[in-house]
Amino acid sequence: MLKINQLHKSYPIGDSSLHVLKGIDLEVNSGEMVAIMGSSGSGKSTLLNIIGMLDEADSGDYILDGVPIKNLTEKKAAVYRNKFLGFIFQSFNLINYKNALENVALPLYYQGLNRKERQEKAKFHLQKVGLLEWAHHLPSELSGGQKQRIAIARALAADPKLLLADEPTGALDTKTSYEIMEFLQQLNDEGKTILIVTHEEDIAEMCKRVVRLRDGIIEEDKKVNQVRASQYV
Amino acid sequence: MIKFLFERDTWQEVYDSLTKNKLRSILTMVGVWWGILLLIGLLGAARGIENSFNRLFGDFATNSVFVIGGTTSMPFKGFQEGKRVRLTLSDTKKIEENVEGIEFVVPRNMNQSLVVRNFLSGTFSIAGDFPLLDKVQKKKLLNGRFINQTDIDENRKVTVISEDIYKQLFEKDEEAIGELVKINNINFKVIGVFDVGNVNMGPSDDMHIPFSTFQQIYNQGENIGWMMITGKPESDIVQIEKDAQLLIKNLHSIHPDDNRALRGFNLGKEFAKITGFLTGMQFLTWFVGIATLIAGVFAIGNILLIAVKERTKEIGVRRALGATPFEIKRQIVVEAVFITLVAGLMGIISGGWILILLDTAFGQGDDATLVNASVSIGVVFFALLILVTLGTLIGLIPAFKATSIKPIEALREE
Repeated sequence: MLKINQLHKSYPIGDSSLHVLKGIDLEVNSGEMVAIMGSSGSGKSTLLNIIGMLDEADSGDYILDGVPIKNLTEKKAAVYRNKFLGFIFQSFNLINYKNALENVALPLYYQGLNRKERQEKAKFHLQKVGLLEWAHHLPSELSGGQKQRIAIARALAADPKLLLADEPTGALDTKTSYEIMEFLQQLNDEGKTILIVTHEEDIAEMCKRVVRLRDGIIEEDKKVNQVRASQYV
Repeated sequence: MIKFLFERDTWQEVYDSLTKNKLRSILTMVGVWWGILLLIGLLGAARGIENSFNRLFGDFATNSVFVIGGTTSMPFKGFQEGKRVRLTLSDTKKIEENVEGIEFVVPRNMNQSLVVRNFLSGTFSIAGDFPLLDKVQKKKLLNGRFINQTDIDENRKVTVISEDIYKQLFEKDEEAIGELVKINNINFKVIGVFDVGNVNMGPSDDMHIPFSTFQQIYNQGENIGWMMITGKPESDIVQIEKDAQLLIKNLHSIHPDDNRALRGFNLGKEFAKITGFLTGMQFLTWFVGIATLIAGVFAIGNILLIAVKERTKEIGVRRALGATPFEIKRQIVVEAVFITLVAGLMGIISGGWILILLDTAFGQGDDATLVNASVSIGVVFFALLILVTLGTLIGLIPAFKATSIKPIEALREE
């Protein structure tokens, strides 16, 4: 599904440069649910951005679903993002002047689907996150948990191979966090591959595998017994 | 690309982003609206003034010059200075034959005389004229006809009077044609009544009688009062005036440099000044209009730049969801063109209203200052074309700004 080999990334800071990723090797198979953990500055967000094609590595290989991701033009990156990836952000990043349905339909618009197909698909995914009756509400009229579920529906809309979640529960209270995790677990049960960046232990334990980053290298990579979120809800 | 313009979503996006900050969108449009309004209003008013000038001069051959005899101021060929110059009929013939580019030469004579009809009387200008005058200075005849060649050949005692004289010598609704009036105690039959029109260019002439009759009753012989020379439309009236004066000076033994011996009034030159002024005014109008328009379009570019800055994060999200840079740019350019076009159309419409108002206020009646103040469809389309072009160009600036930031940086923006 995803294969990363000797990935390096550094950012220039003034005259010197900050070496953030110092040779990452990572392989994620289809159907996995991986938590990427680490303190701030460990490079976990950078890794996720590179996987999400929002950023490019300095050196190393990155192969996504058999396609080597290298020397991407902005246009190509946009097409790959649309085709392969679904993003879930900490701050939801919904477009505030569009209602829930329009937000979910947005990636489909960039896929070039016609209006009717988009509406149908978006409704289907809204139903899946249980917010169909909120379809015509603006994000400002929704709670944090609802917003994140809309964002998940949006990430799912384009039917991506890989879901990337950057601190998906970072802006939510514990109860809502568990609800979101329960839902992500359900998606994983259905076969979706999910990558979650988090610094919360309880969230990581709800995944099937935990990768710990420290100072730009993988410190630990282990399978865990998944804690089902449903028992807390 | 064309299909994209007809998609509902494109316009939904435009609508969404414009209504997101309504006040700002409206203020943005004001600049362009004002520019187009000025352009249309000024061009229409300029056209109205031009039309009104044309109407004033319309009945007059504008490519004309008057030549009148004066008094010499330099001695020449044995003549003392102070000699009176009297132009003659033969001068007009020679000018017609020898000066290039001439359409007509019309000799005229004029005198003040007492005119009596029954118990009514008045002192009017009596002009001795040829039928040709009608070609140079179109007479609007209300009744009857102008002097013709037979009148000249037979020295007929007939007269064509102005409407004002008719009002002074005749009762209301009285038939004038065929009636007799006495000029210098000689009976003349009225054969026509004409309307003086808006202006009298040159010396006023109230009653016209055949030139030959004038010669007889005032004992003028070959002498003429002055002549009107009309050039062909393509010829240079200033040159014609010079040539004609030189010829007359030669015939009358006047020093070539004597500029008091012949007086004149070059209507063509005066007219050219006015046309030049009108052209200048039109140029100024275009300049002011387009400059204001450009300022307005720049304001749009500026506002869109701010809007793009505010939407940095949103643009980042869109790109994370798979929007290509081209799609982002396209949307912003369409927005820019749309704002300019809507503002421009509103400007054109309100400019039209202003022209209608101007027409109601100043465009009514015969002596209106503005006649048919309007702009042609061509001008409107040209203005729209400029708007679309400028809108596109200015839209490119925020468009490139929007995609110059990497999506990752855009997303990090708070």
